[in-house]
Amino acid sequence: MLRNIIVALKVVPKPEEVTFNPETKTVDRSKARNEINPADKNALELALRLKEKYGGKVIVVSMGPPIWDKYLRLAVAMGADDAILISDRALAGSDTFPTTRTLATAIKKIGNYDIILCGEESSDGGTGQVPPGIGEWLDIPHITFISDIIEISEDGWAEVKRTIKGGHEILKVKLPFIAAVELGCNTPRFPDFRRKRWADREFQLTIWNIGDLGLNPEEVGLKGSKTIVVDLEEVRPPERKREVLTGAPDELAKKLYELLKGYL
Amino acid sequence: MEELWVFIEQDEGEVEESSLEVLSKARELGDKYGFEVVAIFLGDGVKNKAEEVGKHGASKVLVVDNPNLRHYNSELYSKVMEKLIMKYNPNTVLFSATRNGRDLAGRIAVKFKSGLLAHVISLDFDESKDLVGKVPGFGGNIAAVVKCIESRPQLATVTPGVFEIKEYKSTFEVIEEDLGVELEPKNIKILSKEKGEYIDISKSEKVVVAGMGTGGRMDLVEELAKLLGADVGVTRPLADIGVAPRDIQIGSTGVTLKSKLALILGASGAPHFTSGIKDCGLVITVNKDPEAPIKEYSDYLVVGDIFEIIPRLVKLLRGEENA
Ligand SMILES: Cc1cc2nc3c(=O)[nH]c(=O)nc-3n(C[C@H](O)[C@H](O)[C@H](O)COP(=O)(O)OP(=O)(O)OC[C@H]3O[C@@H](n4cnc5c(N)ncnc54)[C@H](O)[C@@H]3O)c2cc1C
Ligand SMILES: Nc1ncnc2c1ncn2[C@@H]1O[C@H](COP(=O)(O)O)[C@@H](O)[C@H]1O
Repeated sequence: MLRNIIVALKVVPKPEEVTFNPETKTVDRSKARNEINPADKNALELALRLKEKYGGKVIVVSMGPPIWDKYLRLAVAMGADDAILISDRALAGSDTFPTTRTLATAIKKIGNYDIILCGEESSDGGTGQVPPGIGEWLDIPHITFISDIIEISEDGWAEVKRTIKGGHEILKVKLPFIAAVELGCNTPRFPDFRRKRWADREFQLTIWNIGDLGLNPEEVGLKGSKTIVVDLEEVRPPERKREVLTGAPDELAKKLYELLKGYL
Repeated sequence: MEELWVFIEQDEGEVEESSLEVLSKARELGDKYGFEVVAIFLGDGVKNKAEEVGKHGASKVLVVDNPNLRHYNSELYSKVMEKLIMKYNPNTVLFSATRNGRDLAGRIAVKFKSGLLAHVISLDFDESKDLVGKVPGFGGNIAAVVKCIESRPQLATVTPGVFEIKEYKSTFEVIEEDLGVELEPKNIKILSKEKGEYIDISKSEKVVVAGMGTGGRMDLVEELAKLLGADVGVTRPLADIGVAPRDIQIGSTGVTLKSKLALILGASGAPHFTSGIKDCGLVITVNKDPEAPIKEYSDYLVVGDIFEIIPRLVKLLRGEENA
């Protein structure tokens, strides 16, 4: 029987809906719809499958603003047993250093963990640095880019499949450990309608501020960060002709052939 | 002299080329800002490969040669790096942003309470020798110029393919380090490894890219590619469902193409994908949706059904039909 399986999950704006204002040099996320970071859904799915096989409790933990509430409820609707949101104004502007510190502190507070799962990277920041960083704070082994946890044996070791250049490797890792789960490695389940309704209406979300974690404002947010953003730029797509070719399939095949001929 | 380190990745003695890109760039920065450039080379039997590495810009190659370092192992590699960093106190440590490079850098950053710039596409120092780099975000549409502050060493992972591999004529030293620590893995052990033939499409001249619109019909795509003398690439979801190897996936979490020609079939043009085709020469796309975002990234957008157009194109290329 596994102890807690903790999933660190974050909410991101859909990348294609984020715009950039070159005049004010600001990123506008206001028109973008949010979603659970896609790889984190794969991590949650893997956690739920582990629970089905080995028991344990799946707990979702997230560091973000109060509006993430509804996405944590979605995770609960998918099957998570509990969800914790770490929310505090002082956390604004955190880079990976305070982010990993905060998440690791919360994970310690939850305690009793055997496996911590993250996504391989977040689709907005996309550093992939958070999982190894949490591993270091907690002083437990970390493994990134895993596509499966094949088996967990009685003696406290797990067999995991990790993607590498040119293929994959099978590793044995000692519990407790933290792993980053590859985007798209499984198909996250849809929430059951009744559980969704319960999660939305009755589930009690736990909210912690940094005081609850025993952290002080200097240690987190912008102040606790080891990097600063000095400028933002839009990466413009290269100039392209953008010519649209239409017609019957025969014609289009011929046009394509003409375009490609010079490259044969 | 202050040291600028580059972690040289290898697997079973085979050096990761993108590490040499980073080393070549480090040398340029070292010359400009007065750093000694040191290549950090961990592996099994890698001593006699140090020459091959060093010529790409190092003034010193630090080798740690141990059978247990034959494959990447986050536990052992971070332990060795920790010892080395504590011993020599480098100013900066750079990694290629490969899976293993990112895995290692993320751990080291917290170990040393260091700033870490993720998969940068440019790299420099400011007047106080703080590391500065451009970090792409939101799939690559927006880049932030980010700077490390205070703590040492300062760290960055560098996106593969951004810098060129160069050779330098200057001499370099090879130093074998004996750390005097036990290098037995305690928590992570490798049981097996399966590697197919690795296909590097980052340098291909011509590429046919399959998106979800092909329905994963790789036979059709491969046939077309063969007739064009092109290599095959895919969008991420096709690698996710396993119809193509992860290595030929294009985009922010895959390969950045530099091909003269890219023919893209049935890809919608999501930011995470298009960041991988921005350096291509001619881009021709086929999509049944004339308003697909991929249009912005196309020289020619052929509007129609792949399954109607491509078989006809194949016939034309085979000379079975007159154009
Ligand atoms: C963190 C993160 C990282 C990611 N990294 C990458 C990455 O590196 N690379 C990548 O590719 N994606 C990546 N993605 C996924 C990316 O966001 C998109 O989901 C993906 O690129 C879409 O792939 P697609 O265009 O093949 O499929 P779709 O978006 O499903 O598009 C299919 C297209 O095919 C067209 N089509 C359908 N049928 C036909 C037909 N018969 N004939 C002609 N056209 C047809 C449709 O009109 C549509 O435009 C990432 C996502 C995240 C969250
Ligand atoms: N604010 C956060 N709250 C919870 N989990 C996070 C947060 N940021 C990152 N993570 C986890 O770490 C993974 C990698 O994130 P990143 O290193 O930012 O690319 C994500 O997929 C999440 O699982």
